[in-house]
Amino acid sequence: MSISRRKFLGWVGAAGLSATIGKSATASTHKHFTGYPGSFAVLHDTTLCVGCRSCETACNKVNDLPSPDKPFADLSVLEKKRRTTTKAFTVVNKYNDPERPKKPVFFKKQCNHCLEPACASVCFVRAFTKTKTGAVIYDSSVCVGCRYCMVACPFEIPTYEYDQVLTPRIRKCTMCYPRVSKGQLPGCVEVCPMEALTFGKRQDLINFAKQRIQKYPDRYVDHIYGEHEMGGTSWLYISGVPFKELGMREDLGVTPAPELTAGALSSVPMIVGLWPVLLTGLYAVSKRKEKIAQTEQENAVALALDKADASPQSIISEATESQTGEES
Amino acid sequence: MTEETIAENKSFFNLFNICAGIVVVIGLYITYLRFTGGLAAVTNLSDNNPWGIWISFDLLCGVALAAGGYVTSAAVYLFGMKKYHSAVRPAVLTGFLGYSLVVLALQYDVGRPWRLPYPLVVQQGTTSVLFEVGLCVAIYLTVLFVEFSPAALEWLGLKKARNLAVKLTILLTIFGVVLSTMHQSSLGSLFLIAPSKLHPLWYSPYIPIYFFVTSIIAGLSMVIFESTLSHRFFAYKMDETHLKEANGITLGFGKAAAYVLAGYFAIKVMGISAGNNWHYLKTGYGTWYLVELIGFVALPALLYAIGVREKNLILIKWTSVLAILGIILNRFNVCLVAFNWQLPSSERYFPHWMEIGISVFIVMIGLILYRFIATRMPILYAHPDYKDAH
Ligand code: SF4
Ligand code: SF4
Ligand code: SF4
Repeated sequence: MSISRRKFLGWVGAAGLSATIGKSATASTHKHFTGYPGSFAVLHDTTLCVGCRSCETACNKVNDLPSPDKPFADLSVLEKKRRTTTKAFTVVNKYNDPERPKKPVFFKKQCNHCLEPACASVCFVRAFTKTKTGAVIYDSSVCVGCRYCMVACPFEIPTYEYDQVLTPRIRKCTMCYPRVSKGQLPGCVEVCPMEALTFGKRQDLINFAKQRIQKYPDRYVDHIYGEHEMGGTSWLYISGVPFKELGMREDLGVTPAPELTAGALSSVPMIVGLWPVLLTGLYAVSKRKEKIAQTEQENAVALALDKADASPQSIISEATESQTGEES
Repeated sequence: MTEETIAENKSFFNLFNICAGIVVVIGLYITYLRFTGGLAAVTNLSDNNPWGIWISFDLLCGVALAAGGYVTSAAVYLFGMKKYHSAVRPAVLTGFLGYSLVVLALQYDVGRPWRLPYPLVVQQGTTSVLFEVGLCVAIYLTVLFVEFSPAALEWLGLKKARNLAVKLTILLTIFGVVLSTMHQSSLGSLFLIAPSKLHPLWYSPYIPIYFFVTSIIAGLSMVIFESTLSHRFFAYKMDETHLKEANGITLGFGKAAAYVLAGYFAIKVMGISAGNNWHYLKTGYGTWYLVELIGFVALPALLYAIGVREKNLILIKWTSVLAILGIILNRFNVCLVAFNWQLPSSERYFPHWMEIGISVFIVMIGLILYRFIATRMPILYAHPDYKDAH
């Protein structure tokens, strides 16, 4: 198999590729994380994409997905906006360039493999792992199926096998983790006839994308989508039209997802630490108030009795008795 | 109680039994479909809308409306408001049943319910708000169980165990408040992760505080509402203390609810200005937001206040219904209406009738259990053996 220079930026051989991949680790810290050094990414140059759906075909094959309702050669599906599904980890959508209405723009959608994934940070069984290759992978053997990851993902990527009774799984693009671990390219990258997809070290790809934008300023908008969005992603995009025309949110900001909930989570120890102290205090105060009220009452009773000078002994003991009865 | 009301009660319970029967049969049928056909067979959930009414109603509203337990026991045992003592047991019972039903509902909603203990025993996702919620709910359910147990133990005549459980009251109450503060607010924090999906009017960094404060409103209002119902249907079960204290409870809790609602209104407005979201108020979502804020926060606050001032118990009782509806509306808005607001309407969610069927079924189970327990155990009256015990 020959890997062209454009498909695999950096040109480390297959052996080198697997050597750079260390053991996986989770990205579940609150510290700002800028990606594993040397981790991989894919750059999608939408100006080169022709919407042939070869990548969809390849993805379907390498992931053993069920065959689609309409054959991949049928390009009419491009007329409708699609999202990822349990049967399609990647979809190509067609958009109109507002400035050149005749020339459609194609955009390939799949998991963006965030550097600090929302899906991983919200999963309460840590089913997601940001691996050192850059891929965000999912372990169905622990997944409970709460679907919080789907709520959290800002790119609306994870899908769920709602029709499975006993073994429903989250499904999404794996950045071809199994293939990359073996030194192969992701299926979609390998097959793309236009070389619109490039695999390589994330930093190299960013530099490369910057050069392209500089070299052809008329061709591209000056924005690498994914460089900073949601703290950065391992799938990067350059385009000739603003990204919001391609159905991508431009208002996501640069805050990595875990930081959105970090504040709320860090207040937990405060509650656990402070509340019991305060509440016990409150309890003590209300108990004491009760005590004081009771002593005052007792004194008043005693006083009244003294004054009345009635047979003191028996009445007082009766009074205190009923007091203690009330108290307990 | 006059003969007339007894007869009235009887025919009501007959009607109730018939309805309960129908709901249970349908519920069991849907349960069968759910666990043989998967979620797709009975829900309208989709990849864009992974959470439906089993989360927004059964989980979010369920937990909020079961807040009466911690609110009442904190008031009585920690703040020393002894005059509300007779409200504790019914409130704790509702809390216990409420949380149990939340857990039951989750069995339907999550994909592999038998794995629900996994986050605790297999792998802990401590960065997840949901992990915290799960942990707190699990512990709090245990706390509620122990808090409720004296009633059951008195009924069973197990004195020693009952006295032991009662000794733990203060500790459990403190525990309950701590755990409730955490998970009530965390249910709101769940949505902090999705600023791009939740409408800015509802998305706020204060959402945990909103959820916590509304849980107090829900708890107070539920106690009033519930005691109204109990008086209507179980008055014959009540002892003198309960009957005597009832009006005081309605007044006192109504007053507290008025204050909390007013405070909540204020922090909601502060939230809008902090996020500088005023311009959204002019949109359709803004109108809907105002409906919630004016009609279901400001209005009940005002009505509670008037009711308390004029000692108008009927008004307070009706206001509690309004306030409860307001909490439900709020949870629906956050979880469903304002969530995914940018999606085209064709991709939005509307519940399948079978989802509603399961929610009704679960509420019905709650009512049946409440009736079973309240007519047998010393919930609405003090057990003769322990009369002076409180
Ligand atoms: S795009 Fe979504 S599913 Fe993919 S890593 Fe990011 S948060 Fe997770
Ligand atoms: S659905 Fe599974 S993977 Fe997603 S958050 Fe829940 S447990 Fe984790
Ligand atoms: S990287 Fe692999 S799983 Fe992801 S879209 Fe490409 S072929 Fe599919």
